[in-house]
Amino acid sequence: MDAVAEAEAPQRALRNSPKMTARQVDVYYGETKALKNIDLDIEENQVTSLIGPSGCGKSTFLRCLNRMNDVIDGCRVEGDITLDDVDIYRSGLDVVQLRARVGMVFQKPNPFPKSIYDNIAYGPRLHGIAEAKSDLDDIVEISLTKAGLWKEVKDRLQAPGTGLSGGQQQRLCIARAIAVNPEVILMDEPCSALDPIATARIEELIDELRQNFTIVIVTHSMQQAARVSQKTAFFHLGDLVEVSETEQLFTNPRDQRTQGYITGRFG
Amino acid sequence: MTDSTAPAAALRRADLSEERLKRRYAAEKRFRAYGLAAIFAALAILGILIGTIVWNGHTAFVQTHIAMPVYLDPEIIDPQGSNDATVIQRADYQGLLKTSLRERFPEVTGRRDRIKLYGILSNGAGFDVRDRVLADPSIIGTTQTIWVKSSDDIDSLVKGYIDRDLPEGDRRVKDNEIVWIDSFAADGGVDTKFNTTFFTAGDSREPEQAGIWGAVVGSFFTLLITLVLTFPVGVLSAVYLEEFAPKNRWTDLIEVNINNLAAVPSIIFGLLGLAVFLGVFGFPRSAPLVGGMVLALMTLPTIIIASRAALKAVPPSIREAALGVGASRLQVVTHHVLPLAMPGVLTGTIIGMAQALGETAPLLMIGMVAFIVDIPGGVTDPATVLPVQIFLWADAPERAFVEKTNGAIMVLLGFLILMNALAVLLRKRFERQW
Ligand SMILES: Nc1ncnc2c1ncn2[C@@H]1O[C@H](COP(=O)(O)OP(=O)(O)OP(=O)(O)O)[C@@H](O)[C@H]1O
Ligand SMILES: [Mg+2]
Repeated sequence: MDAVAEAEAPQRALRNSPKMTARQVDVYYGETKALKNIDLDIEENQVTSLIGPSGCGKSTFLRCLNRMNDVIDGCRVEGDITLDDVDIYRSGLDVVQLRARVGMVFQKPNPFPKSIYDNIAYGPRLHGIAEAKSDLDDIVEISLTKAGLWKEVKDRLQAPGTGLSGGQQQRLCIARAIAVNPEVILMDEPCSALDPIATARIEELIDELRQNFTIVIVTHSMQQAARVSQKTAFFHLGDLVEVSETEQLFTNPRDQRTQGYITGRFG
Repeated sequence: MTDSTAPAAALRRADLSEERLKRRYAAEKRFRAYGLAAIFAALAILGILIGTIVWNGHTAFVQTHIAMPVYLDPEIIDPQGSNDATVIQRADYQGLLKTSLRERFPEVTGRRDRIKLYGILSNGAGFDVRDRVLADPSIIGTTQTIWVKSSDDIDSLVKGYIDRDLPEGDRRVKDNEIVWIDSFAADGGVDTKFNTTFFTAGDSREPEQAGIWGAVVGSFFTLLITLVLTFPVGVLSAVYLEEFAPKNRWTDLIEVNINNLAAVPSIIFGLLGLAVFLGVFGFPRSAPLVGGMVLALMTLPTIIIASRAALKAVPPSIREAALGVGASRLQVVTHHVLPLAMPGVLTGTIIGMAQALGETAPLLMIGMVAFIVDIPGGVTDPATVLPVQIFLWADAPERAFVEKTNGAIMVLLGFLILMNALAVLLRKRFERQW
């Protein structure tokens, strides 16, 4: 299976196959089925947004993509999810290495109660990306710059990360995710705790990050989905109702339920 | 739409009347008064408790001494003139003191009267003389005035615990003893001095020679064993249960049983120690080793429960953050969760240790209640601990042991307050807002 996957890898670029795929994914929390038969492709260097009413399973799906559901007791994932055509749920796959390739930014900013510097340096140290102090310094600077935070914090890198404002903390968390240089970044409502200005900065940032990373973002704001993403998936009650080009989905939805959600008739 | 035209309102407006307000204020005031009264009651009880202990115990820290002029007879101390410390050490200093008592009160002649006379000094008074001579052997051959310990009865008399107006038959100190001691007092030869013996000696049948150092050292060794056994086991159990174990019926069962264990009366652990550690394994009786093991059984649930609470208090978002950048579960625990929980873990440990320090019952079962004079030199030497020492002294008939008991309670409370203060300090120092 691996050998096949590797043999196919060169062709992938030609075929332009998606970065990640989900096929017939079911997720259970204990007995309840939270996701039903999800098929979704996530294209490389694109922003894919997941929208849908509260409780429809967006976060659940997102967490399947880097196996963060593993730590939830009673959560079971069935079906196939691949990263570069390799099944990420196959036995023998190391989740730590997977998470180094698929990073995550959470809804609530959650910096470690350590210095700004250590927040960023933690991942690279962990994965042996940089040992020397000077290399780490570079990574910290690059990550913070990419996250648009460098100018604000460069004089207080040793100050605690928890002492920043909410928007700064979220950008710190993005910088922390970038520092490991993952291939995919998952963002679960990264702007829900932020004011419009901080939100705008992060949206800008997401657009820039698209050059180097594949991004999947969960959002409740349809404007945000429309602004930042190229592809949008609409979830409803555990079903993936519709997925298409963002513009297409918002201007000309195929499904009744999508139509209802984006026009604000329910949700 | 105005009120008059509105249909009958389903909801009434809030009642803003003056009377309601007054009632609410009165209720609040009353509640505050109850609270304050409760706090004052608690403080008063604590005050009475500490007050009586200090009142009864403060005299334990001083000891009556008598100024004795002694001729340090070289014939008796060092007949060969060898100047050898071991010889000097073994001389009969008590005898020298007796000689000078006889010289001072030549009118006392009868055998029984003489024994009475010698009895105003402590059996250990000779050691006070010996220590002076050992410190400076050149005084041998001269007459020195040396402050030596009085006996416990004289000590009680001087401290005012014995009523001189009682008829002689009801008094532990007889008339002639009072005459002798008053004669010393008239020359300024009676004084209460700081009681170093109380802090440096082991137990003794003679109150004036008894000290708590043996019990303090015993307590130290016992707690050391307890700490060494419980801290790693407790913390590892807590980490495993909280961070790694699946939540299922087995872990629920374990959790319930840990809580049950915390509620088991401590004497049961003592019986267990007696049956298993002494009976089956044949560990030495009365030893801090076994005492520490028994107390470890008792302290373990406390530490596990406190550590789990501390681990639970670390927000899950920190774990997610670390997992999200690719830390393994073990790395999440060792890099983030455990360091953040450490202050709570240490606080729980100190409180568990403080509990263990005050524990008596289980140690009685394993023989740590024996009368032990020597200061223990290791964890397998027979020893006693502070609370058991208090128990032993409280049982002793001599009047002078009452103050020793209270003095020892003060020392024990001192240690407990110190430990709890340390716990509070740790909590304050590392308190964290997320
Ligand atoms: N840890 C869990 N245990 C049990 N059920 C869960 C758990 N997490 C989520 N669920 C259930 O799974 C369903 C999907 O939840 P999920 O968090 O994925 O929704 P969501 O789309 O992210 O909602 P929101 O927009 O409010 O964040 C919900 O019905 C929820 O109750
Ligand atoms: Mg969610």
